[in-house]
Amino acid sequence: MKESYIELCDITKVFGPVIANNNVNLSINKGEILAILGENGSGKSTLMNMLSGIYRPDSGSIRINGKPTLFRSPKDAISAKIGMVHQHFKLVEVFSAKENITNGLKNGFIYKNKQLSKEILALANRYGLSIDPEKKVYDMSVSEKQTVEILKVLYRGADVLILDEPTAVLTPQEIKKLFMILQNMKKDGRAIVIITHKLNEVMEISDRVTILRKGESVGSIETCNTNPKELTDAMVGASVNLSINRPENIKGLPLMEIENLTITSPEKVNLLDNVSFTVKKGEILGVAAVAGSGQKELCEAIAGLQKVASGNIIFNSEDIVGLSPRAIINKGISMSFIPEDRLGMGLIGSMNIIDNVILKTYRAGKSPFIDRKEGKKNALQIVKKFDINTPSVYHQVSKLSGGNIQKVLLGREISLDPELIITAYPTRGLDIGASHKIYDVINDQKEKGVGILFVGEDLDVLLELSDRIMVLNSGRVMGIVDAHKTTKEELGLLMMGMKQEVAQNV
Amino acid sequence: MNDFINALALFLQSAVTMGTPLLLATIGGILAEKVGHLNLGVEGMMLMGAVIGYVTGINTGNPFIAIIAAGLVAALGALIYAFITVSLKGNQIVTGLALTIFGTGFANFIGSSLVGVTLPASVKGALSDFEMPILKDIPILGKMIFSQSIYVYVSLLLALLVWFYIKKTSFGLNMRSVGENPAAADASGINVTLYKYINICLGGFMCGIGGAYLSLVSVPSWQDNITAGIGWIAVALVIFATWNPIRAIFGAYLFGAIQCLDYKLQNVKFNFFGNPFTINAQLLSILPYFMTIIVLIFINIRKKKENQPPAGLGSAYFREER
Repeated sequence: MKESYIELCDITKVFGPVIANNNVNLSINKGEILAILGENGSGKSTLMNMLSGIYRPDSGSIRINGKPTLFRSPKDAISAKIGMVHQHFKLVEVFSAKENITNGLKNGFIYKNKQLSKEILALANRYGLSIDPEKKVYDMSVSEKQTVEILKVLYRGADVLILDEPTAVLTPQEIKKLFMILQNMKKDGRAIVIITHKLNEVMEISDRVTILRKGESVGSIETCNTNPKELTDAMVGASVNLSINRPENIKGLPLMEIENLTITSPEKVNLLDNVSFTVKKGEILGVAAVAGSGQKELCEAIAGLQKVASGNIIFNSEDIVGLSPRAIINKGISMSFIPEDRLGMGLIGSMNIIDNVILKTYRAGKSPFIDRKEGKKNALQIVKKFDINTPSVYHQVSKLSGGNIQKVLLGREISLDPELIITAYPTRGLDIGASHKIYDVINDQKEKGVGILFVGEDLDVLLELSDRIMVLNSGRVMGIVDAHKTTKEELGLLMMGMKQEVAQNV
Repeated sequence: MNDFINALALFLQSAVTMGTPLLLATIGGILAEKVGHLNLGVEGMMLMGAVIGYVTGINTGNPFIAIIAAGLVAALGALIYAFITVSLKGNQIVTGLALTIFGTGFANFIGSSLVGVTLPASVKGALSDFEMPILKDIPILGKMIFSQSIYVYVSLLLALLVWFYIKKTSFGLNMRSVGENPAAADASGINVTLYKYINICLGGFMCGIGGAYLSLVSVPSWQDNITAGIGWIAVALVIFATWNPIRAIFGAYLFGAIQCLDYKLQNVKFNFFGNPFTINAQLLSILPYFMTIIVLIFINIRKKKENQPPAGLGSAYFREER
């Protein structure tokens, strides 16, 4: 057996009361693609952040070629030829691609503009990456930004490339291309570590898988000797049913009709461009789009938080454009929009569960004082119904885990008996078990005849859960497809705005 | 016509004289803000520089040593600021204000024995107006720029050097990335803390020599609160210049001109349909501050990505934050 290039031995990292990594062991070999599989919160990113010098392990050692090495800063990791593409890109928005790729390097006193462009283009060509060195990051799509991050690592001569959830924001076609590039690098003798929780990707690209569960390494296995079911069970620690239930939809009447909705940004760019669609009672309308395609604006417009330039939002045969958010809530529209930071738009982190639950109902009381008794009763019900793991209903929301925060939010919205639920990324950051509970809750509502607008990012989930899927690209509706009949590839092409190619394929 | 040109040239010459301390302080502010630190201690650091420059000038009789001492003491003030905001991750606004209060007290304390003491001729002479040969004969510009104290030439040179450093060198690229996105800079292997310390202290140095210009050249004697609020105008000028030292030159001279206008108009008798009147002096001295507000309003209407403040401005950076 060949000597491992990098060896992590008994690594432990503690954040306050949370043990993120507990005696984790891991080996990385050159010319190999290693997948690190684990649910959210299992410590994958923490482990890799230690390997890239961002965090320092509390105990344990990192060995490179058998030699113990201590990383004091990312600079040390770069000198050890380890580079990481972070999940949340670490790029300077107002810099060009070239400036981002070369910054922090010893380029001599005066910045050599032209020479660096040439070097970057040569490097990009070698691995089949396409890039414009002069393009500013704020003008780039997500996949272009990722290309910059990859080149940044390669330009520093990294032998070990760590990619943290690189496919989370890409379309299926972009993922295919990325995987090809990773294969090229592997052939070049580099070691690739890819962090993911998507099983199909692990099976497709990796040579070996290391599974983390609750901060501990559960084991390593050659990919060819395993299957998705086995991996999931190892990842979750129990046998899990992977399929999502989809109750037959009841062919309801239209609940909300959106007609020619247009929203413009202050810079006069159309964030939503003439969008029309219908949500029926008792159906889940999935929304698939690359991040920043207008899905956020759409949700906010329906909830009354965005100024609409033109168009109508007809809810129960009444136009709700221009109404205040409170009036819209009173009409039975409920939004549980879960942004990246999870708390942002729905809950107030520094308040406890009761106060967050009261937030939407406190006006019902006649007294000028807040009635917390009713709120406590509601909060207790929500905690019980959704199996929220909290010491008490007086616990501060921001101190709950991500999954429990989401359950509080969704629980509050559903307790209002809405007619329409708008939900974006309700399972973001949740483990498989918790995600399935959320899907069950959403399906329950659907069976009750509630209309649901579900903005998702995992296409597999969208395909299994939705009745129809609307695809947005740059604020335009690319198509509304039947979720029973469409494929991931078709959705991917639509997400990239290639409508014609879809038409040809069909 | 010749009279008008001469008057204009003289006016612009004093505008540049008035604008020079503003220019130096603005460059200082730009350096700190480009690494993500809003330093409201500009006024305090200017006062520290002004008083130490004056004391050193009197005691050594050497203008060069006086200016360097002024810069160093202000850099020391900036170092305290940097320690609190970078290393201890303290609040930048509060720390900056504290530095201004400290600097004011420091200057009043040391300056109390300086009132009425005059600078030695060696200092005054070396810093008096120096007419550049040939260049001084260019109409208007010759008087405006090329018949000034050496101090003014140095400040212009510094503005160009800082511009070159920020825009054209690898170090400048690194320092900009520290101010825009410290996490990205850190991940690229840049020593974020070191860059912040160096640039904040360099910025303090600039503010200090800006202050010393007041006590050594433009006033030149000691009086309490000699800066009279121009440190605050410099903070606004940083935004006006959109963090660009070249634009800071124009901004500083524009505000210098407005200050001159204040002095000039006080003595002008206007005639309004046969009714002679003068403009109230107090009203006129509001002018620069009033203009600052107007300019800030217009600047904030303009929205170009490159002209925005550094994205990391005002927030401390913790590497291990999650």
